[in-house]
Amino acid sequence: MLRVEDTQVSVEFSPELLDKFADVVTRYPAGKQKSALLPILHYVQAEFGWVSPQAMDKVAAYLDILPIEVYEVATFYTMYLLKPSGKYVLEVCRTGPCGVVGADKIMDHIEQTLGVPEGEVTTDGLFSWRGVECLAACGYGPVLQIGPEYTFYENLTNASVDKLIGDLKAGKKE
Amino acid sequence: MGRKLLLEHINVPGINTFDVYRSKGGYASVEKAIKTMSPEAIVEEVKKSGLRGRGGAGFPTGMKWSFLAKPEGVERYLVCNADESEPGTFKDRYLMTYIPHLLIEGMIVASFALGAKTSYIYVRGEMMPQIRILERAIAEAKAKGFLGKNILGSGYDLELYVQPGGGAYICGEETALLESLEGKRGNPRIKPPFPAIAGLYGCPTVVNNVESIAAVVPIINEGGDEYAKLGIGRSTGTKLISAGGNVKKPGVYEIDLGLPVEEFLYSDEYCGGIANGKRLKAVVAGGSSVPILPANLFLKTINNEPRLMSYESLSDGGFVSGTMMGSGGFIAYDEDQCIVRNTWNFTRFYHHESCGQCSPCREGTGWMEKVLHRLEHGHGKMSDMDLLVDVSKKIEGNTICPLGDAAAWPVASAIRHFRDEFEWHVTHGAEAVTRNFGIAHYADPLPKPEVLA
Repeated sequence: MLRVEDTQVSVEFSPELLDKFADVVTRYPAGKQKSALLPILHYVQAEFGWVSPQAMDKVAAYLDILPIEVYEVATFYTMYLLKPSGKYVLEVCRTGPCGVVGADKIMDHIEQTLGVPEGEVTTDGLFSWRGVECLAACGYGPVLQIGPEYTFYENLTNASVDKLIGDLKAGKKE
Repeated sequence: MGRKLLLEHINVPGINTFDVYRSKGGYASVEKAIKTMSPEAIVEEVKKSGLRGRGGAGFPTGMKWSFLAKPEGVERYLVCNADESEPGTFKDRYLMTYIPHLLIEGMIVASFALGAKTSYIYVRGEMMPQIRILERAIAEAKAKGFLGKNILGSGYDLELYVQPGGGAYICGEETALLESLEGKRGNPRIKPPFPAIAGLYGCPTVVNNVESIAAVVPIINEGGDEYAKLGIGRSTGTKLISAGGNVKKPGVYEIDLGLPVEEFLYSDEYCGGIANGKRLKAVVAGGSSVPILPANLFLKTINNEPRLMSYESLSDGGFVSGTMMGSGGFIAYDEDQCIVRNTWNFTRFYHHESCGQCSPCREGTGWMEKVLHRLEHGHGKMSDMDLLVDVSKKIEGNTICPLGDAAAWPVASAIRHFRDEFEWHVTHGAEAVTRNFGIAHYADPLPKPEVLA
């Protein structure tokens, strides 16, 4: 079951973030600003690492819609993280064609390497991982992506995963 | 060697930039359309081309356009469906990554033809890099006068925006996509009314796949009749096929429709055969939703004719012995792959992605996943296969959108063609956990695989 974690941390939107919101809203006809909800939630997640209830309430106020209209969207779409996660969330495609070329083994390897089960955060706060459904990169599998830019890593092997995690730990990649 | 209409310049360095794309003849269709053609004439060319929707349904694009209602004083919208999420399909990602201006060019021509002043490209949120690529391309086109106010001095205004999704397969269904674009959950709408009458914000709307929009460019440049000369029968033109699974050379290929499947799978120009010198066991020809076929039925129809990559030939034999073109997501399975495991994997996907609106799909996909899970893990019963077929039949046709059918077909077809493998999972439960059933008789007769020296 989906559960939105409530850490009771208050949220402030910076002027830069509000500028991004305002830019998105201009894309739609007057009165249809709710269309900006999905893009704005992506900006919120990129800024705070997840989408908290406090942030959702503020987004609702910003778009002049009910808080429930934000909750139902944030819980429907799988990209929005509803609890604090690692700085890097490794999202591994687990569907069909990636399964055929070894996605399960890659996920096992990531679990062993990071030492945390799916959805949990490493003690240093750097990593979490999860299996996700088809990422539309079936010819390059196994693949994983890392938000908020959703950089892609293709044709994964245990060695390339080790190198990626090592590089991220050393701060070589953003 | 087929003609490349979409990917001809894909390997030109810098083709993702406006200047290089323009130097290769890019945006010529915009000039031709806006300066010399009426919107009705453009729709007519697309009709003549015989282009069929490349997202999966295969509905004639020109006809879809001609259904668009045009009441006075009401906005009309064109929305491009770039929510590519059908397992096995990655052609739109490829096109948007490497030749984004082709999509922008097609969007301008199509928007002009439909009388849309604002158009959206709805891209799945996971494709954030592609969203940035498209936004950059739009800015370039706008700076050169191909977008914005008074395009090429014609008086036609068009704004084009990219909208990210949030991660939901269901938003590839056009009415779910429109809901999502309105900032809501991606629950498909009951049709009618169709989007052509009441779509985005209740206004007349056309939703087209990335590849369909891109194909408008060569259709306008060369004429609908010329486009229709390519292909075979009612499968006109070229099609992008995403090849994955156990093929030697996975990737995106542009083929003339009508290419023999054997040539596509085994020739070095395309997939190059099965990887690691293995034998072909099964093929999913058009994305996970279409029926899976054993190798023998895939390569030849039931009448022993070579099967072709065309809408008609792939569906030859109906669901008894045929499949569908779908979105062109081509997945090959070698002799080591387990059909039960693959079916369970797909069903888990559909259960995960069901929006939950219709109970047959919401509950049915969950039950199918559970039953397949126990079969795969050696705890199945002999009655499970009939149970699965029964559940799949109760989903099929009983839901608002085609996701229900898409979830039912892979299960029903896997049991239809590979029942003995499912039964082996019951009779050899412990063994099924440690090894796979293998290729059995499905592959006979098969072309000889290349023997590794």
